[in-house]
Amino acid sequence: MTLFGLALAVLFAGAFGALLTANHPRWATSLGAGGAVLGSALGLVPTLRVLLGGDLLSIDLPWSVPAGELSLGIDPLSAFFLVPIFVLGAASAIYGSAYLQPEPDHSGPAAAWLWFDLLLASMAVVATARNGLLFLVAWEGMALSSFFLVVFHHERAEVPRAGWVYLVATHVGTAFLLMLFAWLAQDAGSLDFARWSRPAAGAGWLFWLALIGFGSKTGFFPFHVWLPEAHPVAPSHVSALLSGVMVKLGLYGLLRMLVVLGPPDPGWGLLLLAAGLASALYGGLAVLGQRDLKRCLAYSTVENVGIVAIGLGLGVCLLRPDSVSLASLALAGGLLHVWNHALFKSLLFLASGSLARAAGTLDLELLGGLLRRMPWTGLGLLVGGAAACALPPFNGFVGELLIYLSALRTVAAGSPSTPAALAAIAGLAFVGALAAAGFVRLLGIALLGEPRSQAASRARESPQPAMRGVLIALCAACLTLGLGGAGALAAIARPLAQLTASENDSLALLQPAAALLWSIGAVGGLALASALVLLGLRRRLLPKPVPGDVGTWDCGYAAPSPRMQYTASSFAEPLTRLFGAVLGLQESEPKPSGVFPPLASFTSQSTDVAERVYARIFAGIAGLGARLRRLDTGSAQLYVLYTVVAALAALAWGLLS
Amino acid sequence: MELALALLLAPLLTGVVRRTKAWLAGREGPPLLQAYRDLRKLLARASVYSRTTTWVFRAGPFLALAAVLGALALAPAGPLPALVGFDGDLVLLVYLLALARFATALAALDTGSAFEGMGASREMAFGVLVELALLLALTSLVRTTGAWSLSDIAAQLSAAGWGGSAGSLVLVAAALFGILLVENARIPFDDPATHLELTMIHEVMVLDHSGPDLAAIELTSMLKLWLFAGLLANVIAPVQTGSAVLDGGVHTAAVLGVGIAVGLVESSMARLALLRVPQILLALTLLALLSMVVAPAPGGIS
Repeated sequence: MTLFGLALAVLFAGAFGALLTANHPRWATSLGAGGAVLGSALGLVPTLRVLLGGDLLSIDLPWSVPAGELSLGIDPLSAFFLVPIFVLGAASAIYGSAYLQPEPDHSGPAAAWLWFDLLLASMAVVATARNGLLFLVAWEGMALSSFFLVVFHHERAEVPRAGWVYLVATHVGTAFLLMLFAWLAQDAGSLDFARWSRPAAGAGWLFWLALIGFGSKTGFFPFHVWLPEAHPVAPSHVSALLSGVMVKLGLYGLLRMLVVLGPPDPGWGLLLLAAGLASALYGGLAVLGQRDLKRCLAYSTVENVGIVAIGLGLGVCLLRPDSVSLASLALAGGLLHVWNHALFKSLLFLASGSLARAAGTLDLELLGGLLRRMPWTGLGLLVGGAAACALPPFNGFVGELLIYLSALRTVAAGSPSTPAALAAIAGLAFVGALAAAGFVRLLGIALLGEPRSQAASRARESPQPAMRGVLIALCAACLTLGLGGAGALAAIARPLAQLTASENDSLALLQPAAALLWSIGAVGGLALASALVLLGLRRRLLPKPVPGDVGTWDCGYAAPSPRMQYTASSFAEPLTRLFGAVLGLQESEPKPSGVFPPLASFTSQSTDVAERVYARIFAGIAGLGARLRRLDTGSAQLYVLYTVVAALAALAWGLLS
Repeated sequence: MELALALLLAPLLTGVVRRTKAWLAGREGPPLLQAYRDLRKLLARASVYSRTTTWVFRAGPFLALAAVLGALALAPAGPLPALVGFDGDLVLLVYLLALARFATALAALDTGSAFEGMGASREMAFGVLVELALLLALTSLVRTTGAWSLSDIAAQLSAAGWGGSAGSLVLVAAALFGILLVENARIPFDDPATHLELTMIHEVMVLDHSGPDLAAIELTSMLKLWLFAGLLANVIAPVQTGSAVLDGGVHTAAVLGVGIAVGLVESSMARLALLRVPQILLALTLLALLSMVVAPAPGGIS
């Protein structure tokens, strides 16, 4: 625990070091990024030790706050979520040190590094806090430091609104957590997690509170509205950390509550499964309706946390004595996808950062032809995209595969949870193909073909080796986990045992999963090798390509222009029209008319369904406020009347009851 | 086994389909072995690459070919097990096909041609619905046989025949046949022989490929047709004689029979309007779901 404390100290030192050297951007960057990397490395040591079988660590210090105790602990569940915090924290910091250049009309990177290091520290505390008050303080620290990172480019027009949406969303979630924690603390007479237990009545309500409170951080539908607002405007290395790591802490909170509340009701599993299906489906569809690349990625995060929730929900449904092995498979699949998504989504966000820097925009309709101009960034996006579509041999596939395996076995065994398993299978299959459509669109329009704007045609690979190095390392990690997913099961066994609370050896329960993942690794490796052989054969045996400078055939059209390419909107059209009702698709097509018809035009746009609902709710609240304001006329006589009426009403109530 | 059969005979299956169509149309038609000659011809030619394209365009056809070969390595031929088989391999099969689709669509977008973009868009859109139907159809087989790997499923089916699950298996077979037609760009969903680019789906994605790349694409579609026909054959002709040669023969005959059925359907129907296709795909999904409802009990066949 000393090392963990040291890690936190280094993170704080980095943060305030950056603040103190704000006038020297280079110093601030070195201190801030250096603190993040060193702190993460230090924190990773005890984390991995716990995860791989070492003793649990904890520390309790008295704290001069009522009902509070500085109680930190690393158990396997905490350690499982600490790994992505530290690994991707360090990766994003290295990338960010090259990505965040001082800009002329901006306050400089020091503020970003202050909040970045504080965000890492508060996330680490959230994952290890063992006391309700400490947890909430760290939770709020995480929300605020990420808010300041989101509004880092506050001078841009769209940023303040996005910041507000995020701030409101996160605090609505925190309000539900306050209720949850107050209820549990009231019941147990203490704020220590260790003393909390399932209350005699109302456990179902507690789960609802946890689902909404933590779900709004995780981005479950319909609490996801802040993701597509905040991610596009935040600096890319911050988006990577928010999307890859911070949203997962909502899942951590949910799992922690499951552990605290003891054996779950089967209904909770169904609830979680439903939340997961809704998020996955809505996120997958909404990806198709976006023009901004980072908005696409944000909705893809909604989809992927949905997939994790499908696995966890199915696992909780199956968590009965007779199907613990099935439950273990589904839970392991969900947990594995937490790591996998963290990796490939960070990769995608970091690569999109390089893209934004080089092309000056992330509007899909203005990009194109960037793979040729930025080969490494393009490779990063391609690998991340393939992983996000759950395509073998990348890592997105293995977690989903375990969920499938659990569901298939449930169906074959004729368990009473068959409908839930079928829903999981259908949901995963549908969402997987939706993701494929979404990412083919994203990659194909942004990277391939001809550039659709001047800026895109001038884009060049960033000369910074740090940015490129991080991208390549993350690509390699995606492939490694995809082929060697079985190795990661060793890290999942202990948290899993904590979740299932079973006496059985959870490594033994994961045996079928390990066998499956080794087979996948072997087949994937073989397939990769044979693909390379095929490519080699092709080069060796087959006739050389026709040399010379030829254009795309395009059915014989001789002068194609970039504007004639298929656009992102038209690519998505078959699906957005099919699911237009869900996506809130609005099309307008003023027909040309008259003797000398003016220019015709066509526009289509989709607004988030949940956003429309919230807009109506907030408009209702504002309307109510306006109506109440009518009582407030400013005339003193009327106020005296109110006082008298209130006093009389109180008197009457006192007499009658 | 299935892999070897497919590599040897897949072009023949395509020939059978073409011959059936020609025969029904009263034409002489191309020789049965024409597809082999086409492949040899393409392999001997040089490829032409547009200046717009990148390595994605060159890798696409071979990546798709590798993925379909991988899928065939998981496919059993009746009671004869696949080259590789493990619990849950049917999910891998579906995702390998998704990988092939991903690679083909990206290669199409790499040309920067509007036609190919259109094809890629339609292919990915229909893929959303057909992948769902395929996984549910396979899940239904898992439920009927109580086995979790394709080879075990086929072995169970061959050993038990249709048993008490005939109703469910008929529905699965119907769903699989529909999926075969969609996945292989067949009438009534797509037309492999059309010459109007605006109406095509799969063929329009490969307009710019030539030479060995086109050969890889052609071979991929032939192998894919064999793969789906083989999956269907496992359901409609579950026979186990004890002799491997005979079993392989029965399976091959069933696959070629499926080819004749494809030819019959293609000759007797017109292409559907594009907007109708999603409805039919949804119907296939429902068919697969229904097959699970009418199944007597999980593992009922054995």
